Amino acid sequence: MSELAIRADGLGKQYRISHLARGARKSFRESVVDMVSSPVRRVGRMLRREAAVEDETDEILWALHDATFEIKRGEIVGLIGRNGAGKSTLLKVLSRITEPSIGRAEIYGRMGSLLEVGTGFHPELSGRENIFLNGAILGMPKVDIQRKFDEIVAFSEIERFLDTPVKYYSSGMYVRLAFAVAAHLEPEILLVDEVLAVGDAQFQKKCLAKMEDVGHGGRTVIFVSHNLSAVTRICPRVILLDAGRVAADGPASQVVSSYLTGGLGTMAAREWDDIKTAPGKDIVRLRAARIRGRDGQIRDSIDIREGVGIEMEFETLQPGYLLMPHFYLWNEEGVSIMGAIDLDPAWRRKRRPLGRWVTTGWIPPNLLAEGTVFVDIAIIVTEPTIEQVWEPSLIAFHVVGSMDGDTHRGDWAGHCPGTVRPMLDWTTEYSEAESRV
Amino acid sequence: MDTEHVLESRPVATRVGQESSLLPKFVIEPSRGWGQLNLGELWAHRELVYFLIWRDIKVRYKQTALGASWAVLQPLLTMMIFSVFFGRLAKVPSDGVPYPLFSFVALVPWTFFANALTLSSNSLVHNANLLTKVYFPRLAIPIATVVGGVADFALGFLVMLGLIAWYGIVPTVNVVFLPFLLLLALVTSLGISLWLAAVNVEFRDVRYTIPFLTQFWMFATPIAYPSSLLSEPWRTLYGLNPMVGVVEGFRWALLGVNTAPGPMVAASSVVAIAMLVSGAFYFRRMERTFADVV
Repeated sequence: MSELAIRADGLGKQYRISHLARGARKSFRESVVDMVSSPVRRVGRMLRREAAVEDETDEILWALHDATFEIKRGEIVGLIGRNGAGKSTLLKVLSRITEPSIGRAEIYGRMGSLLEVGTGFHPELSGRENIFLNGAILGMPKVDIQRKFDEIVAFSEIERFLDTPVKYYSSGMYVRLAFAVAAHLEPEILLVDEVLAVGDAQFQKKCLAKMEDVGHGGRTVIFVSHNLSAVTRICPRVILLDAGRVAADGPASQVVSSYLTGGLGTMAAREWDDIKTAPGKDIVRLRAARIRGRDGQIRDSIDIREGVGIEMEFETLQPGYLLMPHFYLWNEEGVSIMGAIDLDPAWRRKRRPLGRWVTTGWIPPNLLAEGTVFVDIAIIVTEPTIEQVWEPSLIAFHVVGSMDGDTHRGDWAGHCPGTVRPMLDWTTEYSEAESRV
Repeated sequence: MDTEHVLESRPVATRVGQESSLLPKFVIEPSRGWGQLNLGELWAHRELVYFLIWRDIKVRYKQTALGASWAVLQPLLTMMIFSVFFGRLAKVPSDGVPYPLFSFVALVPWTFFANALTLSSNSLVHNANLLTKVYFPRLAIPIATVVGGVADFALGFLVMLGLIAWYGIVPTVNVVFLPFLLLLALVTSLGISLWLAAVNVEFRDVRYTIPFLTQFWMFATPIAYPSSLLSEPWRTLYGLNPMVGVVEGFRWALLGVNTAPGPMVAASSVVAIAMLVSGAFYFRRMERTFADVV
């Protein structure tokens, strides 16, 4: 088990971003000018290939920079980082989809990559046909597909629709079939990117279980996810990427909490000073998310007997929309604890003007179990429903238990199962025994 | 066989050690200059090529009312138009063969070539989701697209045989050269397709030039007229257009026209092979950035 599966040495990938290509907010006049001048410029650039490097309109971006690490056989490694940190680029380089610009990696064993569910599925082909096509695309020999066909079908739970073209499938069926094929890949090394973000909760659970099986079968797995609670649960080791570099590499809990604390020194708050980089879309953008105690202070840890506020600060960029701020809580086992939707009557069902908003949902004392709680922040526009902000595992906090005898556990100091810790009303009825012994 | 048995019967621990030393090793690093074709890897992925061909054939005529008859209708309708305008009105000579047959025998391989060009030049862009999500030898995509066209060709070929029988013409013994001529058509199509597909990834302009290119090329190939209008050495030189060799070869083998296409076919073969080899190397060189720019 101590043999090497992957050795990466100074891997780097640079992209050249042309400012022309990025001009999303160009005026019509500029677009017309570009339309006329860019072909001339392009042809010119083609003719003097090497001069293109000095072109002022290009900006060089290192999507991945000096990534060095070793992964042993049988290890399950989580890869985390913010959007654009280089996670997908690293997977693409390791799976040979794209070449590194610099550096070197050695891969020992057959590599399978799962960067998307249902790669190469053809809508006109039936479920049965797509199993073979998708399997071949993912690198499964035909005999293997034939051998595992029944197992794949059983896992996907779509037996009845096997001969229906997949274009008539619901998205849930589609995902189940696609994942069923992928889950039966048997490479020595498996790269998985965020594919578990799809499908219903029940099926996600099944997939997570399958992933764990894969790991225990002696195979090496690299697992990219935004779902920090799932990563902590599945992967003993986690690599954190930041701006294309390896920022941390070590035991999961340690790396995850260092990721959440970020540069701010706390995992209980995230703020965006620049509206352009703030998460969100054209109607709403998130400016900050914070965990606050009842005293109003930003808090990393909360006593189980205290209430805690989940605060989201956001800006409306367009007036006149109905908004629904909400959040989800997850524990470190990846179990969903609860979801909560903003019910404040002041703005519920009311169209909101432009401006800045601070919404806080207060969780009552004696509700959450001890341990780390991860918070997903989300804001949607309703009527029609448009997702504006969805930031998984954005902030987190610890719930600290108490042994003072005034909590759910009373005087019991041992293990307490479950995700909630309410204080119940207890009643006891006593009657004196009729006959004494 | 014996060594395998020995391995099988060893204790598990040793076997794990044995296996790991047999694990394939890949090295990932930036490549420079002109790479290798790496045909061995392509061969290892032949099942994928097979499935891609199968997919293309399977879905090509899905949701069309006429289905696979399109494969026959394309050359058939063109033949009718040519027969009326070139054969009847313009009285273009046809090497002593009835004009409809004369043009149809050329149009069947030509349609294969033109379709291969159109479909494969766009094939990488069309399969962008595969390029950016999975690794496999990229050559598989244009190869599958071009080879998939052979199914259409086969249908057209059957109709062509029927037409030949209808006109009461007995093919010469030269039909034994047909597989070679089909191979020449394949090599030509693939060579051009590799160039166009690779260029089209970065410059989508290719897609818009294809209709002009195929139209121009069709008139530069003796489909509506015979190459016997030219005298030597110009005819052999004409063979530098590799489709000239294919078309004249087909007529010679099937209709027995006495045009002695040997030198033309030879010139065409040289050009076709040169295009295939250069196309394959160019493709391999460009494929490093496919996933980034597609």
